[in-house]
Amino acid sequence: MVKYLVRRVLQMVPVFLGVTLILFVLRIPGFLPGDPIKLIVGERPLSAELRAQVEKENRLNEPIHEQYVWYVTQALQGDFGNSYQKNRPVAEILGDKFPNTFRLAFAAILVEIVVGILAGIISAVKQYSFWDVLVTLSTSVLVSVPVFWLGLLLQMFFGIKLKQWTGGAMFLPITGMGDPPDLVHLILPAITLASVSTAYVARIMRSQMLEAMGQDYIRTAVAKGLTERAVVFRHAMKNALIPVVTYIGIDLGALMGGAILTESVFSWPGVGRELYLAVLQRDWPVVMGGVLVVVLIVMVVNLLVDISYAVLDPRIRYGGAAE
Amino acid sequence: MSARNRKAGAPFTPAGEPVDAGGHLLKDDRPGAVSIPGAGDIPPGRKTRTLWGDAWTRLRKNKLAIAGLVWVILIITVTLSADLWVPQTFGDPTSTEFDGLLSPSATHPFGTDRIGRDVFARVIYGARVSLAVGVLAVGISVILGLTLGALSGYYGGVLDSLVMRTADIFFAFPYMLFAIALLAILGPGYQNVFIAIGILGWPSIARVFRSSILSVKETEYVDAARAMGASDLRIMLRHVLPNAIAPLIVYSTMSIGGAIITEAALSYLGMGVQAPTPSWGGMLSEAKALMGVAPWLTIWPGFAILTTVLSFVLMGDGMRDALDVKMKD
Repeated sequence: MVKYLVRRVLQMVPVFLGVTLILFVLRIPGFLPGDPIKLIVGERPLSAELRAQVEKENRLNEPIHEQYVWYVTQALQGDFGNSYQKNRPVAEILGDKFPNTFRLAFAAILVEIVVGILAGIISAVKQYSFWDVLVTLSTSVLVSVPVFWLGLLLQMFFGIKLKQWTGGAMFLPITGMGDPPDLVHLILPAITLASVSTAYVARIMRSQMLEAMGQDYIRTAVAKGLTERAVVFRHAMKNALIPVVTYIGIDLGALMGGAILTESVFSWPGVGRELYLAVLQRDWPVVMGGVLVVVLIVMVVNLLVDISYAVLDPRIRYGGAAE
Repeated sequence: MSARNRKAGAPFTPAGEPVDAGGHLLKDDRPGAVSIPGAGDIPPGRKTRTLWGDAWTRLRKNKLAIAGLVWVILIITVTLSADLWVPQTFGDPTSTEFDGLLSPSATHPFGTDRIGRDVFARVIYGARVSLAVGVLAVGISVILGLTLGALSGYYGGVLDSLVMRTADIFFAFPYMLFAIALLAILGPGYQNVFIAIGILGWPSIARVFRSSILSVKETEYVDAARAMGASDLRIMLRHVLPNAIAPLIVYSTMSIGGAIITEAALSYLGMGVQAPTPSWGGMLSEAKALMGVAPWLTIWPGFAILTTVLSFVLMGDGMRDALDVKMKD
């Protein structure tokens, strides 16, 4: 187990360095449109001394490899430099936005767990019934819906139409204004963000349940006279859940990295929207710092998922696990 | 059945005749030829069945997949022939010749937008961008993925580690953010959108192809081909690729749907196809502010994306079942 763990953690190092390298190459002047000095001080004319001073402050005059080593060392200590646009430390900006992203991610995961797993179980237990067809069809549709369009439709229906029809009684707030946003603001963005993954959870759960229900131990459980409920929930579901838990874990990592589209559609003050705006404004320190933290979170969550999987299923530990 | 035969080491010519590893026909009609028992004995009067024939027979029974296929063909026909009838009947997609924000009616089935363009015409012309970006982006991913996957799976060693770790780095990046950053470098516009989506798509295809190569590399018929002096490229194209083609086709079909969604998202965010070229994502971004007064602006472009992507997903699902491909998700 320790050997597996060490190998798994060591695999993360080159990936992390690769990500920092790509991000850093993006910042090399000339590679990206825009003069970094102008991005920092704006369009006004600049005297030579002042220019040299700004260059020195941001270490833009040093050789590129020295800048890289310096950046990585600072980043590992939690210092991602200052934002070009906001004149604030990047770490502070991210610190403001991450709690909102976490809130949204956990709400979305809740939707996935409750709706996805239940739909999967019903669909498998009542295979080929009306409900099964409904779940199978709606999951195909859900994975094909562009999330931002779903967000717009929900806004249109719950935010505008229901308000018009019911005189405001059924109105759901459609944007995530307020900091921190109220719980009621979470409903529509969480449904939007969860939509695609919920469909996948339902599909995986369905196929796993169908496989589990065909096993010998289920036949034994039925034969010894257990109720259907006990067979489904105590025997079949337990084994079917493992791949679903893995999927949800990986998805949690992805969702915590911020959801650009959902956050943009609902003006949710999270990391995804902040990073998107930073790209538009060419605020590279924010982009680099943000992506670095997001990648780290994703990698650590995936590591935890892999560890829990290895604990649950010994075959992974011993089976080489080349990938 | 034929899928199993292929794995056991007896490939087929395109016509379906069994051949050995060197490409020689197993059924040899020349006088004095030794016939190999059981190999290539096709009963007279029965039509030869190939892997693709079998797959097509199975696919035809899948109503949803056929519905998807019909819908895609319909969209392609409509959008390619659009120049002949859409501007004449409904209006030019870029000219602002009508009143703004007309509700859907017989003359404007999907209404008009804020500056008086016919939404139906724009949705039809928007299909060109979506389909072209989808197909071209996946084409780039396939070419990159096959090349890198082949290098990594066939030669192994340092090259393998290098390619696979690069793939890991690509997977570690948040997808949409990576796409947006690439477009920030390349600049917006329709060529850059499919280039960016294409570049981002190679790692999955490289992984699929690499694992196919690993499973085929050690088989006897590849050994035999190598012993007969076949070049690496020939082994790759004649012996490895045919065994990997089924998962590749399934994966590419589904990826086209994904690329269409990504293009729409990028255009919605203003990083993709630029006005006045009609694109479904761009139309949705213009519609957002008018959601309350002109819901048709939001509904129809989104509906077009949904049905098109759904068609590719259903086709991909159907082909997966028909070709009996095992996939992770």
